[in-house]
Amino acid sequence: MRPVLEITNLNVGFPDGTAAVRGVSLQVMPGETHCVVGESGCGKSVTALSVMNLLPRGARRSADVMRFHDHDLTRMADRHIARLRGDKMAMIFQEPMTSLNPAYTIGSQMAEVLERHRHVSRAKGLDRAAELLGKVGITAPGMRLGQYPHQLSGGLRQRVMIAMALMCDPELLIADEPTTALDVTVQAQILRLLKSLQQQLGLALLLITHDLGVVARMAQRVSVMYAGQVVESADAKALFAAPAHPYTRGLLDCVPIPGKTAPGEPLGSIPGVVPRIGEGYVGCAFRDRCAYAAPACKGEIPRNRLSPDHETICTRSGA
Amino acid sequence: MIEVKNVFRHFESRSGLFSERRVVRAVDGLSFSLESGDVLGIVGESGCGKSTLGRLILGLMPPSAGEVLIEGQSLITLDRRERARLIQPVFQDPFSSLNPRQRVREIVGLPLAAQGALSAAKQRDAVMDMLARVGLSDAMADRFPAQLSGGQRQRVAIARALVLRPRIVVCDEPTSALDVSVQAQILNLLADLRKDLGLTYIFISHNLAVVEHVATEVAVMYLGRFVEHGPAAPLFATPRHPYTRALLASVLTPEPGVPIPDVGLGESYPDPSNVPAGCRFHPRCPMAIDRCRSDTPPTEPRDGRVTECFLAA
Repeated sequence: MRPVLEITNLNVGFPDGTAAVRGVSLQVMPGETHCVVGESGCGKSVTALSVMNLLPRGARRSADVMRFHDHDLTRMADRHIARLRGDKMAMIFQEPMTSLNPAYTIGSQMAEVLERHRHVSRAKGLDRAAELLGKVGITAPGMRLGQYPHQLSGGLRQRVMIAMALMCDPELLIADEPTTALDVTVQAQILRLLKSLQQQLGLALLLITHDLGVVARMAQRVSVMYAGQVVESADAKALFAAPAHPYTRGLLDCVPIPGKTAPGEPLGSIPGVVPRIGEGYVGCAFRDRCAYAAPACKGEIPRNRLSPDHETICTRSGA
Repeated sequence: MIEVKNVFRHFESRSGLFSERRVVRAVDGLSFSLESGDVLGIVGESGCGKSTLGRLILGLMPPSAGEVLIEGQSLITLDRRERARLIQPVFQDPFSSLNPRQRVREIVGLPLAAQGALSAAKQRDAVMDMLARVGLSDAMADRFPAQLSGGQRQRVAIARALVLRPRIVVCDEPTSALDVSVQAQILNLLADLRKDLGLTYIFISHNLAVVEHVATEVAVMYLGRFVEHGPAAPLFATPRHPYTRALLASVLTPEPGVPIPDVGLGESYPDPSNVPAGCRFHPRCPMAIDRCRSDTPPTEPRDGRVTECFLAA
C-alpha cells in the first residue's frame, strides 16, 4: 500500500533565521491516524501548514520528497495546490470561531466549497451540506444551515468545521489541535466523531496535538517533535510501552494521571526551556535539559532504528 | 478561613436592542466554607460560573446577594489594601496579566508600593526574596515580560501574588496556557509554596487530572451550583453525581488502545440564562427520572459530601 502523504527531509526556515522544521520525515497511510505531538514552538503546526502550502510569506520550504498521492507538492504551482486544498486534502484548525466567516451563514460557507471545487449549483451544495451536518451528529441540520457561526456553541462550530472539511470527500484530513479549545466532555464527543468518520470513509488523518491523552486514544503512529525535529517516531503502542527518547519519557512523566500519579507528590518535570534554534544548529537540541547529556550530544546525532517501526535520534542508541 | 454564605451573582444581558432582557445566573445560591491550609479545586465546563465565583471571593465583584467572609470579616467591609493583604489572584494568561512596560522588579514590587508600609530598601529585599522563592534568578528582575517564557511569566505572576504574604490565593486556570512540561514545574512550585508559606488555595480548572493532583477538597460546578462537593480523594474514588462521573470519564489518560469514552451527555448545552427547573442537570442526564424535572434535589451532606442528586442516595 502506498502512503497518502509522504514527506522526506522537510526543512522550513523563517526570515529571522529560525529553523522551524529540521529534516522532518513522515508518512500517513490510507485509513491511518498519524499523530504529531510536541510542545509550542516545536514545529508541528508549521509541518502541517507546509503540506497545505499555507506558510506565512517569507518562509522558505525545502524537501526531498513531499507527495500527496501522485502529486509532487514540491514542484506544483501554488494555484494547483490551492485546487487540492479543501478538496482532496482538507484541514481543520483549533479555533473554529476564527476559521469560520462570521458574516456568512453556515450553509453558504459550506456550499461555497463545492461550488469552488466541483462547480455544482448552490442548491446541490446545500443538500450536501445538510447531509454532512447530519453525519457529524448535528440535529436539525436544515435549521443550522441558515444560522451564523456566533449562534453555535464551540462544540457545534467544530462539528461544522469537520463537516465542511468533508464536503469534497477528502482523502487526507489534517487536524491541528481540533479539540484544544473545547470542554473535556465535548472533546470526547468530537474525537469519537473523528474516529468513526475516519473508519467509515477510510480517511488518512494527520492529527497535530500537544495532548498525550489524545495521542494515546487516537493514533496508530506517533511522531514526537522537539525543536523542529522528529526525535522519536513509533507505533503508538510501542511508544507508550517503551518510550526511548529522554524527551518523550520526560513528557510522559509530566502528566498527572488519575489513579496512577499520587496526589500531592511532585510531578516529573523537564528543567529549563527550549533553546532558540537557528540554521546550521548542530547536535541534540535537548542536551541542555537532558539528564543523560554527554559530550557526544554536541556532535552529529545518529538515527537509531530500535525495531522496524520505532526510530529515535539520540546518542544513547539502546536508550 | 473562607466562608461563603448563600451567594448569588446574576448578570442582565440583552442579545439585541429590542429583545427581552435575560438574567444570567452565573452563581446561584452557593454556601460553603474552607479550612486554612486546604486546596479547594473547582471544576466544571466553560460557562459554569467558576471564574465568576473566583472573582466574588477575590472581592473584584460584589455578590448580588449573600456574603463572603474571610477570617470572619465580611469582604465588603474591608478596603482594597486590607483585602490585598489577605487574598491574591493568579490568572490564566501570564501574557495579559503582566504590564508589558514594567520590569519584573516593578511588577512584583507594586503591591508593596501600594501598601506604602516599607522603605525602598526593605521593599527591594522582599521582592528579591520572593523572586528567589519562585525560582527566578536575580538577573530576571530587570527584564520585561516580553523577554520571558510563558513559565517564567507565570512565576512572576505568582511572586506578585505572594509578595504581600497573603493567606489565600485564588488560582484561576493557572497552567492552562502552558505546555505540559512547564505546567508540571508550576504545579510543583505551587505545592512547595503552600507548604512553606502555609497558604490556602482556591484552584479553578477545567482539567480534572490537575485538580485531582493538587486539591484536598473538590467542588464540581454546574450552572452556578456545586452539584457535588467534598473531600478530594473519596470524591474521585467514588463519584456520586452523574455529572461528576461524566467529567471523570472524559479525562483522556495516556493509555493506548483504550477507546474514547462515550460520556452520554447528549447534544444539549447548558445555558446559564435558561436554567432548567428541578435538577439543573436533568436535560443532559442519562439517568434522569420524572422527579428530576420538577423537584429541587437534596442539599444535605452525607459523610462530608454534598451531592445534589436524587439518585445519589
